[in-house]
Amino acid sequence: MTRPLAELCGDVRAGRATARSRVEAYLAAIAAREPEIHAFNEVHADAARAQADAVDAAVRAGRDPGPLAGAVLAIKDNIVMREGRTTCSSRMLAEYRSPFDATVIEMLRAAGAVFIGKTNLDEFAMGSSTENSAFGATRNPHDTARVPGGSSGGSAAAVAAGFCDASLGSDTGGSIRQPAALCGCVGFKPTYGRVSRYGLVAFGSSLDQIGPFARSVEDAALVYDSLAGRDPSDATTADVEHEPLASKVREPLSRLRVGVPREYRSAANAPAVAAALDRAIAAAKAFGAEIVDVELPLTDLGISTYYVIAPAEASSNLARYDGIRYGHRAKLAPGEDLEMLYSKSRAEGFGPEVQRRILLGTYVLSSGYYDAYYKRALQVRRLIKEEFDRAFERCDVILGPTSPIPAFPIGGMKDPLSMYLCDVYTVNTNIAGIPGISINAGYAEEGGSRLPVGIQLQSRAFDEETLLRAAGMFERALA
Amino acid sequence: MAEALTDADIRKIAKLSRLSLPDSQVGPVRSQLSSILGHIAKLQAVPVEGVEPMAHPLRIVNRLDNDEPKPTMPVEALLRNAPAVEDRYLAVPKVLGDGGGA
Repeated sequence: MTRPLAELCGDVRAGRATARSRVEAYLAAIAAREPEIHAFNEVHADAARAQADAVDAAVRAGRDPGPLAGAVLAIKDNIVMREGRTTCSSRMLAEYRSPFDATVIEMLRAAGAVFIGKTNLDEFAMGSSTENSAFGATRNPHDTARVPGGSSGGSAAAVAAGFCDASLGSDTGGSIRQPAALCGCVGFKPTYGRVSRYGLVAFGSSLDQIGPFARSVEDAALVYDSLAGRDPSDATTADVEHEPLASKVREPLSRLRVGVPREYRSAANAPAVAAALDRAIAAAKAFGAEIVDVELPLTDLGISTYYVIAPAEASSNLARYDGIRYGHRAKLAPGEDLEMLYSKSRAEGFGPEVQRRILLGTYVLSSGYYDAYYKRALQVRRLIKEEFDRAFERCDVILGPTSPIPAFPIGGMKDPLSMYLCDVYTVNTNIAGIPGISINAGYAEEGGSRLPVGIQLQSRAFDEETLLRAAGMFERALA
Repeated sequence: MAEALTDADIRKIAKLSRLSLPDSQVGPVRSQLSSILGHIAKLQAVPVEGVEPMAHPLRIVNRLDNDEPKPTMPVEALLRNAPAVEDRYLAVPKVLGDGGGA
């Protein structure tokens, strides 16, 4: 078991280890295994070395580089930073170089972190397998014939393969938690409004949230502590006090009430997933938690609600890619006009899943269908949120599977709708805007492979403390 | 509500989306969207009368910040990503026809 990240950074801060040697170790791991995993769109070896040297120089000069001194992080390639390109794994942005850092990048830099590269994703974060990347699929480190999940599959695989200490992903409908489950690491989506989205390439603006992948709940909390906070550049960040949580993860909660919705015990869960949930429930009883039956009858409607709201917001957000200011521009034939420049650039720049979602979003927002689809989805959204509010009157955290199935074979999910249905346990978290975390709870033996299985905890909005402390209890009990 | 999507619908949505869709793709896109919309149709069964639509999870309204000017990004930095530039401007194809009338 790797030591906690706080200790590893503590060694760098105290001069007992160098950030540079930590970067070199990860670069060696990447050199050895990245060709078969393809977690990264770009590895920033030289920039990471330079950042590490600056951290080490600060320590030698008697300055404290911060709580993440020498922490080696990988960043999902839809979060902008000055180094390298930010492609969103799309042909549309294949050569895009950001003139600025996302707020989360500024905050992590200020905390002493070092960035080792940009990770692969489903194009514009649309997908659950990281197969929808213009630059090729990422492979699951536990079985390279299988997907790592998505959309933040590169960030999950990078942690699971030992390419970094932790990584950042973005979660619009499960894109942090599901790949964490499939890759056997921790993936944490904070409450909507906790972490700035400034510099995150927008997909579904009322759903998107940045969060960390890490080897442990405590490590995820440590990274999160440097991410949370109100940002003048993002008016949707909440003015809610954030208390550092990393040091609290080891403190157990007394009289924890764990809600288990009957809807989460679906017959559609793979046997290993059902078994992991049973094991987690038994563990909770053993550490003294009270198991509470709760009801979330709208669980199944989350997918329908999500696949109206998210594409609607995406169709609007992605309207900016018109081939004029940045991004791919098509070559026009003689006589073709500006209108043609837009449609050709977009058709050439976007892959099939992105085009599908833009079309779907445009349809549900179009005249004559707006009330029937979009407005109705927003009404069901409120009902889903109220259902969570009622459940949280009876429990402190809600426990369930993260994904109904473990990692599936690359190319094994042909139909877009069947892929969407795998998001059943994760989309409602974003619809309600509450926090969620996935931790490992065992393995499925499939075809000679040992595939990780995750469980998810959700809590009330802005109650990350209960969520992370409860997750710490489950993590210790299931280890 | 449950009326089936036609090829003409798909062409219209593609035009509204500013996506040029080759004829060969119209049929496959129609069947994929139909299958997704068929699933989404479940929403019609939920009683929603009197429920206020929820566009956003946060209840913040009209957050006011101090009116403090900050430095803007240099134009050169912004133009670096532009596909076509003339002098310090973005270049686009001719917008108006030869008749000169708008």
